[in-house]
Amino acid sequence: MTGRLMTVKKRAAIGCLVAGAMAVAGPAWAEETARDPFEGFNRGMFAVNEGLDTVVFRPVAQAYDFAVPLPAKAGVGSFFGNIADFRNALNNTLQGKLADAGSDLGRLLINSTVGIFGLFDVASELGLEKHDEDFGQTLAVWGWGDSSFVFWPILGPRTVRDTGGWVVDAYSDPTWYTLNKSVAARNSLVALRFVDVRASLLPSDKVVEEAALDKYAYVRDAYLQRRRNQIFDGRPPRLDDVLD
Amino acid sequence: MMKKLIAVVFAVLLASPVVAQEAPDALVKRVTEEVLEIVRKDKDIQNGSTQKAVELVDQKVLPHFDFRHMTALAVGKDWKKASPAQQQQLTAEFKTLLVRTYSNALTSYKNQKIVYKPFRMNAGDSEALVRTEVIQPGSKPVPIDYNLEKADAGWKVFDVVVAGISLVTNYRDQFAQEVRNGGIDGLIAAIAGKNKSLAGGGARAEGK
Repeated sequence: MTGRLMTVKKRAAIGCLVAGAMAVAGPAWAEETARDPFEGFNRGMFAVNEGLDTVVFRPVAQAYDFAVPLPAKAGVGSFFGNIADFRNALNNTLQGKLADAGSDLGRLLINSTVGIFGLFDVASELGLEKHDEDFGQTLAVWGWGDSSFVFWPILGPRTVRDTGGWVVDAYSDPTWYTLNKSVAARNSLVALRFVDVRASLLPSDKVVEEAALDKYAYVRDAYLQRRRNQIFDGRPPRLDDVLD
Repeated sequence: MMKKLIAVVFAVLLASPVVAQEAPDALVKRVTEEVLEIVRKDKDIQNGSTQKAVELVDQKVLPHFDFRHMTALAVGKDWKKASPAQQQQLTAEFKTLLVRTYSNALTSYKNQKIVYKPFRMNAGDSEALVRTEVIQPGSKPVPIDYNLEKADAGWKVFDVVVAGISLVTNYRDQFAQEVRNGGIDGLIAAIAGKNKSLAGGGARAEGK
């Protein structure tokens, strides 16, 4: 579970070993239980979260989406995106991608000033590309490649590795420090960010609902695929192609 | 007069099968722009009419997809266990489901800008990756990547990857689960059942 980010070949070789060892249970089972050993717990939490989402999160996000004009929503998104650039810079540094980290700091500087506290993403207009890094990805680059899936209420899909990463991200989040004098203001910001993120996912609700044979499995696998893609900065090696 | 004639001849040449052999990046760009142009003018699709979007996808996008390849990719190693007839049934059912998924995604289009990333390919390549990005203010850009394969009739898409999530391989575990429970026929029945329930629910939703 704590193997390095392996080449596909190595991965396949180890996969064969595991499959061989678990031949009694069948290789397909081995593959699945290896990624989702807490499936019972996870499905329970998924159901809890679906309930919460139906009653609270989605209605609030829908109201926000409906009531707030687009420029204001874009401003909110850019504001939190600007704060996230601090996390991007930090994690790009930890992963040794110093050029990217420098670009992230440049973005932070430009957007916090010319972009008026991050309300406008001027840096992207200037051609400084936005990155997407967090401590979970840093852990993966450091060698914690595969990790078991966990579904948390409110927090949603994570892996064990990404749960730890999330805790570190929260501690390195400037929101928690710049506003630690005013708990109310800080909590409002955290809540607003949550609503902003949920609202941005509204369009995909119907897609997932109608596409999935098993919604839990669809969400889980989508999360794991997306993380794999992020860890490889958008260029993961292709999985085997099995056309006859 | 002569100029006009030449222009007409060129137009006819361009409209003929030559178009089918256009480069993968040009193909993706042309189809995307054509489809979005229609969506921008169609109030029903913008208001979430899956039915209207499905018609559009059927007409404009379907011809450029290789559904047999997509289905094989989604089913994974169980694909070879399926008989030719079963493979055909699987492909037909999965096609319906995928078209619906793709169409649902189209209905959430709200004038976002599409950026086509620089494209690289070697002369003899039989596979190509075309990368695009959906840009919207205040949000991270959403990458949409198309994997294409060269066929006699031109390049065909066999995988669509949205924000790192393949709309095709994301089904692997779900499909493997169905095969474990009820064999290949169980999987066919499961997808067919899903399609049937969507068709029923969709019809109701259109009515409101």
